Amino acid sequence: MAARKAKTKPNVSAEELITYYRDMLLIRRFEEKAGQLYGMGLIGGFCHLYIGQEAVVVGLEAAAKDGDKRVTSYRDHGHMLACGMDPNGVMAELTGREGGYSKGKGGSMHMFSKEKDFYGGHGIVAAQVPIGAGLAFADRYKGNDHVTFTYFGDGAANQGQVYEAYNMAELWMLPVIFVIENNQYAMGTSTKRSTKSISYWERGASYGIPGEEVDGMDVLAVKAAGQKAVDHCRAGKGPYILEIKTYRYRGHSMSDPAKYRTREEVQKMRDERDPIEAVRSILLTGKYASEDDLKSIDKEIKEVVNASAEFAKDSPEPALGELWTDIYA
Amino acid sequence: MPALSPTMEEGTLTKWLVKEGDTVTSGDIIAEIETDKATMEFESVDEGIIGKILIKEGTEAVKVNTVIAVIVEVGEKIDTVQSFSPIVENVPTVQSTKSSALNSKPAVHKISQSPDYPEGTPVQKKTVREALRDGMSEEMRRDESVFLMGEEVAEYQGAYKISQGMLDEFGDKRIIDTPITEHGFAGIGVGAAFGGLRPIVEFMTFNFAMQAMDHIINSAAKTLYMSGGQMGASMVFRGPNGAAARVGAQHSQDYAAWFMQVPGLKVVMPYSASDAKGLMKTAIRDDNPVIFLENEILYGQAFDVPEIDDFTIPFGKARIWREGSDVTIVSFGIGMKYAIEAADKLLEDGIKAEVLDLRTLRPMDTPAILQSVMKTNRCVTVEEGWPQGCVGNYISSVVMQEAFDYLDAPVINCTGKDVPMPYAANLEKHALITTEEVITAVKQVTYR
Repeated sequence: MAARKAKTKPNVSAEELITYYRDMLLIRRFEEKAGQLYGMGLIGGFCHLYIGQEAVVVGLEAAAKDGDKRVTSYRDHGHMLACGMDPNGVMAELTGREGGYSKGKGGSMHMFSKEKDFYGGHGIVAAQVPIGAGLAFADRYKGNDHVTFTYFGDGAANQGQVYEAYNMAELWMLPVIFVIENNQYAMGTSTKRSTKSISYWERGASYGIPGEEVDGMDVLAVKAAGQKAVDHCRAGKGPYILEIKTYRYRGHSMSDPAKYRTREEVQKMRDERDPIEAVRSILLTGKYASEDDLKSIDKEIKEVVNASAEFAKDSPEPALGELWTDIYA
Repeated sequence: MPALSPTMEEGTLTKWLVKEGDTVTSGDIIAEIETDKATMEFESVDEGIIGKILIKEGTEAVKVNTVIAVIVEVGEKIDTVQSFSPIVENVPTVQSTKSSALNSKPAVHKISQSPDYPEGTPVQKKTVREALRDGMSEEMRRDESVFLMGEEVAEYQGAYKISQGMLDEFGDKRIIDTPITEHGFAGIGVGAAFGGLRPIVEFMTFNFAMQAMDHIINSAAKTLYMSGGQMGASMVFRGPNGAAARVGAQHSQDYAAWFMQVPGLKVVMPYSASDAKGLMKTAIRDDNPVIFLENEILYGQAFDVPEIDDFTIPFGKARIWREGSDVTIVSFGIGMKYAIEAADKLLEDGIKAEVLDLRTLRPMDTPAILQSVMKTNRCVTVEEGWPQGCVGNYISSVVMQEAFDYLDAPVINCTGKDVPMPYAANLEKHALITTEEVITAVKQVTYR
């Protein structure tokens, strides 16, 4: 983990910082609530929380513009909230209700929003990587300047199809940003135990794809790297790789006892590198915002999240007839 | 005439590059030969003098093993070969062991009933290969969002010449050669479909699609459902399926039953050229992922194709190839060849078989099967795939549940044998379904 400290006086507006703070906090509180609802039996199956990794999606979304696309794995709640999808619809999908993004038929791992150009939510490790390259293929074919953010983890980074996609993406100069969210653990296997060369971004060199490592606990660093990658893609220079070093505080899924790492390791990361605390600190020390300002944001977020939980509980289960719809267009 | 591909039975001697009296050494290119797949240069394997050229250049449909020229040794009199005349050696070639119907001129089948176009419509003889290309090309002219990707589809003109000429017409933006990475390019195809295009993904054979199975099933077939109807993959996965000719276990599997099992996929398996064309056009326009199972043996077969602008055939509609009253033979794809041959021979014994070509396996026209079985009271299914969990098993269950009281005999499923495909010519022939086996099954259910 690169231990780069966030600058205390970065070249960024108060408005921008507050937006990052709010967006990251929304993900954090939303995920905490999801964990709670899971514990209450309202959410079933697999549920992979994004807590700790918030700066990755919030930083990159700050570099995106309308029409850009994103696709990710099953740890997808943060991506959906960051691209502006409705927390109510996401939470109601988690509870398997009619008001969910997939009418309750997708669940935590399988959500989509055509409106927000969010293409899933994919449950098969690394399947989203060629799919993301394909979305970029479509944009290049149509001749627009949109880019696709294709997120995957350090575990997926060892899948063969990632490299098939790298090869074709560079061969066909596809405007795709391969975002490796390296949270250091593929489920319970640390990168050191699964991977010989753990500098994943360097693998792009074999295909002629440039890339870099980014401090994923620093939203400003992520945004800056994202902007660079986006500029590269929009200029028609083909794909770009961002390996974003991040950390998930919670287990792989809700059923993970997390015996593969120490409590101290997690606590140290929370204490020293928390991405939300980092922005909070900049806001306060730089006098961009007061404690009261932040308190009111916290309150506002809490209300949004509580409302989403209420919506998700109140929304009815899908009608039985839904079993038979949406199989064919 | 050399056999230059596994399925080649005849070829065109496009051009002689030597003339009588020329001296040639081993490795010299002496002629250009057009096979069912490509135009190939043909090398001399001997040294000597071209004594006599027996087949003129430009000659079409020269059967494999026909003597095309005689090379004499230096010093040997050319006179000695003057009396040599072209003969076809009676050697059991790969192709002739597979089926008599595949020999010589492309077999032309008479269509007894056509639900697809009005009687009197002008038709043209086209091979399945040409029909597939015409179907794809017409749709590409019609819709800019349709493109073709796959191994060797562009510059090579198609591994089986299906996309011949398409690169010239549509350019490399729309006819795209891929690296040999089925998993990856199938995934890119799915992503492009999510992004609003209509990809046609060609697999050189569906055996290679096993590498891409995850994207076909998990990414393409399930997304519409998982997204609550928001987005799906409008695309076609196509390529040859099933046995070709002596290409062994890893290149000969029939995947009809596998794909047919998956909700979210549509599965097409045409037999005739007109079906290949009409169903291909429908497949490309369909908003769902369509598995289009072709057959290498059928590529070169010619059938009547109607000369109709924008000829399409709806999915889920079986075709009655021959009406009959004694037994219903249900088949699809290359299985139809055995079904039709069997029906012809059975007629000699006074058994009138009704032959039904399903054409699409999902959706399947089960009402047509039931209607026919209620008339004939007997049913035999014919397919090349393996017996356990085969398409015929499903048809049997439908017939039992829906028409049990009409059955005068158990339904028999004629299938390929329950073995990986062997290489040896005699074993392969035995591993495939045979016309004789269909005849035996029909006699069994008709108690003859």
